Amino acid sequence: MSTLAVSGLTKTFGGVHAIEDLSFEIRAATVHSIIGPNGAGKTTLLNLLTGVYLPNAGSIRLDGRELTGAPVHAFAAAGIGRTFQNLQVFFNMSALDNVMTGRHLRERCGLLPALLHTPGLARAERESRERALGLLRFLGLEAYADACADAMPYGALKRLEIARALAGEPRMLLLDEPAAGLNPTEAAEIAGLIRRLAESGTTVVLVEHNMRLVMGVSDHILVLDYGRRLSEGTAAQVRDDPRVIEAYLGAVDTRVAGHA
Amino acid sequence: MRASSRADARRTWWWATPRSGGIAALALVVAVLPLGFANGYFYDVAIQAGLNSIICVGLNLLIGYAGQISLGHAGFFALGAYGSALLAARYGWPPSLALVTAVAGVALVAYCVGRPILRLKGHYLAMATLGFGVIVSIVLANDDRLTGGPDGMQVPPFALAGYVARSDHAWYAIVGACLLAAVWLAQNLVESPTGRALRALHTSEVAAAIAGIDCPRHKVNVFVVSAVFAAAAGGLTAYYAGFITPSSASFVRSVELVTMVVFGGMASTFGAVVGATVLTVLPQALTVLKEYELAVFGALLMATMVFLPRGVVPTLSGLLQRGTR
Amino acid sequence: MSAESLQFVAGGLTTGAIYALVALGFSIIFNASGVINFAQGEFVMIGGMSAATLFASGMALPVAIACAVGAAGIVGLMLAKFAVGRARRADVVTLIIITIGASMLLRGLAQIVWDKRIHALPSLSGHRPVELFGATILPQSLWVLAVTIAVVAMLSWFFGQTRLGKAMLATSYNRLAAELVGIDVRIVLLASFGLAAVLGAIAGVLIAPITFVSYDSGVMLGLKGFAAAILGGLGSFPGAVVGGLTLGLLESLAAGYLSSAYKDVIAFVVMLAVLLVMPGGILGARTSARV
Repeated sequence: MSTLAVSGLTKTFGGVHAIEDLSFEIRAATVHSIIGPNGAGKTTLLNLLTGVYLPNAGSIRLDGRELTGAPVHAFAAAGIGRTFQNLQVFFNMSALDNVMTGRHLRERCGLLPALLHTPGLARAERESRERALGLLRFLGLEAYADACADAMPYGALKRLEIARALAGEPRMLLLDEPAAGLNPTEAAEIAGLIRRLAESGTTVVLVEHNMRLVMGVSDHILVLDYGRRLSEGTAAQVRDDPRVIEAYLGAVDTRVAGHA
Repeated sequence: MRASSRADARRTWWWATPRSGGIAALALVVAVLPLGFANGYFYDVAIQAGLNSIICVGLNLLIGYAGQISLGHAGFFALGAYGSALLAARYGWPPSLALVTAVAGVALVAYCVGRPILRLKGHYLAMATLGFGVIVSIVLANDDRLTGGPDGMQVPPFALAGYVARSDHAWYAIVGACLLAAVWLAQNLVESPTGRALRALHTSEVAAAIAGIDCPRHKVNVFVVSAVFAAAAGGLTAYYAGFITPSSASFVRSVELVTMVVFGGMASTFGAVVGATVLTVLPQALTVLKEYELAVFGALLMATMVFLPRGVVPTLSGLLQRGTR
Repeated sequence: MSAESLQFVAGGLTTGAIYALVALGFSIIFNASGVINFAQGEFVMIGGMSAATLFASGMALPVAIACAVGAAGIVGLMLAKFAVGRARRADVVTLIIITIGASMLLRGLAQIVWDKRIHALPSLSGHRPVELFGATILPQSLWVLAVTIAVVAMLSWFFGQTRLGKAMLATSYNRLAAELVGIDVRIVLLASFGLAAVLGAIAGVLIAPITFVSYDSGVMLGLKGFAAAILGGLGSFPGAVVGGLTLGLLESLAAGYLSSAYKDVIAFVVMLAVLLVMPGGILGARTSARV
């Protein structure tokens, strides 16, 4: 059963192809990683898959439903959640409020009930609060519940973004470099979390540079280079693909040359 | 065990939440204040402060919480005032019905104006709202057959079910009740999913949209709510003063309202009330300095933004919290 | 073209040139710092008021004008140094409010230093109208147009040839890169406010003989200049000139053929339309939208 079907996806910035004629499928309840050298178009792809960018061509379907061209919040409503490479935490709120904001789709957001604070809304708020606290506990953040986000350490903010994304109960969660800047213990915790999510039925799409993490958790890996599919398959298949090795070593070469 | 401790925590702290505790405190202040009033002049200043507070509580939802600027809210205030006045004076409607109709009309105008305008951000939004406000003030000043032009127009007194509000005491009670209602509504909104959505889109529209928040819809909604607050205050002002002029829609007046919100403290409902009150009372108290009013206002605005960018009330309450901890 | 419409065109170009000078000030500051300076109209007022009072106190007209322009320049530098420069990292709303505060402060100070009355400044070369193809044109109108052309020429030399001008342009294209190559963006900020204030003051001394000047006469001129900058494309120098002249012409023709009562509405209706339909303005400037 396919969850997400991408076909012929193309995105150009000023004539440069960031993503070019890309097609792939992501099956439900699997961990699907997207890797590639710097500038391969991974974050651009996530921006396309969440509606932040409008593709120049191609389509994105979730369970057969066409999402291409829909506004960002409609992608979210269809069940796609996401975290960001550069943190996009709501720094003017407490950790708890951040996670409760993530539950927006599951809340009643009528203007009149909000203004009048109806009993129904009060009940829903209490329930929302309990669930958000549960998620904070799930990610080991309960100590920060009432702390303002701008006073939290980096690692905790990374997990807070995941908690906020999970609060919307997404069917598919896109993680953009969740282990970046984390120590090995924290990265291992993220790996455990990703497996648990997949087992509970959430599809996880992972963009990550930490190869140990990627190889350890992925059911399927898509390798991008210059916005195109370079290779695809299981961890073992991708690891042994000579094109992948070349692309990575080539990328390393240019980086070294750039520093020289 | 855990549930009961949570409930305990809620019981101990209810008075400290802005919604219940703050409103109770504000109600107390509104009730006790007249004891210190020596004459009608005090009532007059207090009523002006209350009316400005109502506008600023609404405007703060837009500027402080949602982070969307408006330099044209005096336009909504004036439309509410003229709408009420025209329906009551020219067409003989009962004043209360005229007020409600005018406010509803302004809500519709705000919706139609807000939908296209709120797609703009930052400077461009500031200019568009400014343009709207200036257009309203010029139309009101020039359409003299209907509005009496630059000289303004007379407004009949407010009456409800045979009771005519004339005394300062009656108006103080009306405005006080309306202010409490406004604060209650605003604080409810702030502590609802909608309030979180507004704060979220203030920080990052992309992250808010990823969380499923329909940013354009929430921006238009809060724009309409803030316009309704301004229009209601406008209608009340027209009936209270018995007279209304197009200068109530001027750019300078819009800026005055923004000053009050910013001075009191952005993203703080009680800050908006404090800002509106202080900046209404101050010029009255310093009549000796009448000459310097504009300069003092400007200097105050700049100094607040440079030295206390969060505004007076949030900065002070922050210091207080740090002190007690 | 009839004499009547020629008359309207001449009047429109005169006010349009003034709007263009004010709009140039907006764009210079916006480019250098990303700030919309709501006190731009007050520079116009300071120029006009200073020149009028200095002349009334017996100073020769050219000297009075030079002093007035210099005084406004100093006020501009002070505004950049003591207010805007201190809040460089603040968000857009904060910066807008700071400059609004500055405009109130300057108007308030003008009330105290001068008064609330209307002042006049004599024309640079007499009041005898010139006949041109049947239209009567004030000599001051010709001065306005000539000085505006000269100012635009000097500005294009400044931004194209001088070190400081090029640094200011570079900063507007990419502030970070400019800092990396060693441009001191604080100097650029100061220079932009100083330059914008001088332009405003020139507009002020040019328009004062035609419309008089008072402590609050800068407000409407500032807002119109603003509308002109938007119309032409915020941040674009040719756009500011085109926007100013277009707005002046539209106003003058609308006042002549439609209704003079609604003349002032034109600028804002046009500005709203431009913002909603083509936010980049006529000459397609960069918009503020960033994703």
